[in-house]
Amino acid sequence: MCDSCGCGDPEIVPVEVHDRILAGNDRTARHNREHFVAKGTLAINLMGSPGAGKTAVLEATGRALQGRMRLGALAGDLETDRDAQRLMRAGIPSVSITTGSACHLDAELVHRALHGFPVADLDLLFIENVGNLVCPAVYDLGQAANVVALSVTEGDDKPLKYPVMFRKADLVLLTKTDLLPHLPDVSVPAIEDALAHVMPDPRILRLSARTGEGLDAWLDWLAARRPAAGATSPGIRVPA
Amino acid sequence: MHEYSIVQALFERVEAEAASRGASTVRHLSVSIGELAGVEIDLLRTAYGVFRERTLCENAELSIVPVPARWECPVCRAPLARGAILRCPDCGVPARLAAGDEIVLDRIEMEVSDV
Repeated sequence: MCDSCGCGDPEIVPVEVHDRILAGNDRTARHNREHFVAKGTLAINLMGSPGAGKTAVLEATGRALQGRMRLGALAGDLETDRDAQRLMRAGIPSVSITTGSACHLDAELVHRALHGFPVADLDLLFIENVGNLVCPAVYDLGQAANVVALSVTEGDDKPLKYPVMFRKADLVLLTKTDLLPHLPDVSVPAIEDALAHVMPDPRILRLSARTGEGLDAWLDWLAARRPAAGATSPGIRVPA
Repeated sequence: MHEYSIVQALFERVEAEAASRGASTVRHLSVSIGELAGVEIDLLRTAYGVFRERTLCENAELSIVPVPARWECPVCRAPLARGAILRCPDCGVPARLAAGDEIVLDRIEMEVSDV
């Protein structure tokens, strides 16, 4: 207290926190992850630039897996439910998450969307993130794996320009490979080399949703990640 | 521009800490931001300046400590050169990010009325 007038000078208190600013999001993501693991649902966070072919990949996946697996999707976009509509036409029950101005999904948006999801038990849930090569990488949603769609038309230096996104990727789907004959300046080895500089353990699959090239390898990758019934989910990797 | 939502999360955390200690205002915040955290420090500063009005942090200075990315081998612990392929040249295993993905609130200095 101030000696002269007794006015009650405030005391400055230092508080050591040393915690992630997004600890609240991490908690909700953990809750989502526990839910997915308990239900035996493989949750995939699919990210990539706008126009990278995320929805087209999921349409091809939905058609290929029709009747073989119970699929669902949450489709994040700033506006419209066009992606969810497309996915439903491809046989994937889907709910759209319109974020308004937000450039990414967060764990709470996913959590709320799950409460309104029409199907309870899924083998595979795709979370199609907002098209953006920066912000979605920052938010854990509770997914088992991050997949980044990178189209061949984006050029071979995208990974070097957006290292944060590719560092978080468990798999990169190199999409629209049917266009490669028309792109003499795009070199797949150059894309692979760029990825090796930003991904510690680069896993890349080439995929054309149009021709079906590479689709089987993608489906195999998904199947290998599915938690075995009754096992302790060997396919689930919890980010540090 | 997820820096705005990071600032919102920062205020929520600071307000919870302040409420639990009966603090009336905040003087100073220190945060660490890693080079590979996906957060632009300039944008974070701008977002902080815009959103701190009419919050406990209205008069709080924000210190941001940038943390460089540091990759190392998880086996031999040798650091990797900047810009190198992210695989240990000796052990052949994928490198591990040892530092540089922080989005961390380190310290708050708050005023607690001495009455």
